[in-house]
Amino acid sequence: MKVNDIIEKCGFKVLNLGESPDREISAPYCCDLLSIAMGKMPADSAWVTVMGNINTLAVATLADASCIILAEGSRLDEAALQKAKDQGITVLMTELPIFDAALKIYQGQHA
Amino acid sequence: MNNDTIVMSYVVPADDFTRAGEASSNVKGKLKKMGVPPEIVRKVAIAMYEGEINMVIHATGGTIDVTVSPEEILMVLKDQGPGIENIDLAMQAGYSTAPDNIRSLGFGAGMGLPNMKRYTDEMEIESKLGVGTTVTMKVKMV
Ligand SMILES: Nc1ncnc2c1ncn2[C@@H]1O[C@H](COP(=O)(O)OP(=O)(O)OP(=O)(O)O)[C@@H](O)[C@H]1O
Ligand SMILES: [Mg+2]
Repeated sequence: MKVNDIIEKCGFKVLNLGESPDREISAPYCCDLLSIAMGKMPADSAWVTVMGNINTLAVATLADASCIILAEGSRLDEAALQKAKDQGITVLMTELPIFDAALKIYQGQHA
Repeated sequence: MNNDTIVMSYVVPADDFTRAGEASSNVKGKLKKMGVPPEIVRKVAIAMYEGEINMVIHATGGTIDVTVSPEEILMVLKDQGPGIENIDLAMQAGYSTAPDNIRSLGFGAGMGLPNMKRYTDEMEIESKLGVGTTVTMKVKMV
C-alpha cells in the first residue's frame, strides 16, 4: 500500500501532502516517545502519534517514515507545519484513537 | 563513492528546538547524495540526531564534526554543558533527567544514548562535570 492509498482508503484528512505520495509503506507504527520511535520504527512506516511538534517531523525524516498520521484530532503547530512543507513530509490527521487509526491502515494493507 | 575524506562541521545552537535536528538532516542528505548505502545513512542519522538533541536539551548546544572516509563515518559531538555525572547510569535504557516541559514534547524516554550505542559500531563518551561532554561515534562502511 502507498501513502496515496492511505489517504484514499482510510479517510484521513491531509494536513500536508509531501513530495512522494506514491511511496510504499511498510507497516503502521505507533509510539509517542521520540527516542523509542527513532530506535524502533521500521523504515517506511506509517507513523501514528499524537505528538504534532517539530521534533516529530525531524524524527520522521531521520528514521525514514513514509508519512505521519496524527491521531485523536492532534494538529501540527505552526512551526511543524512549516517544516512539513519545507521537507516535503506527508502529514495526515484523524479524530480516531491511535489504535483505531493504525488498525485502519493495517486493514487497508491486508484487504 | 570516491576515495576522498570529507569533513562536515556544524554549530548546534542552544535551546533552539525549531532547529534541532537540522545538522543531522543535512548530513543525511549529503550522505545519500554521496551514494552511501541507505542502511548506513539510517544508522548515522539516528545516532547523530540523538546526540544533537541531547546537546540542546541537556547542554547549551555545541559543535558536531562528521568525517566521511571510505572505511567509516566518524562523528564527534562536543558541548560545554554541565557534563554527565555517572556515564554508566546515563547509558541505561530508561534513565533520563529531562524536565517536564521537555518530556511534554515527546523526549525523556531515556533511549537516546542507548540508540546511539545500538546504531553505531563504536561509541565513547568523555565528560567532566562543569566542563562539558564529548561523544565520539563511528559507523563502519561495510
Ligand atoms: N550532552 C549531555 N550533557 C549532559 N548530560 C547529558 C548529555 N547527554 C545525555 N545526558 C544525560 O544522560 C541522560 C540520558 O540521555 P538519553 O539521551 O539516553 O535520554 P534523554 O535525553 O533523557 O531522553 P530521550 O533521549 O529518550 O528523549 C539524560 O537525561 C542526561 O541526564
Ligand atoms: Mg536524549
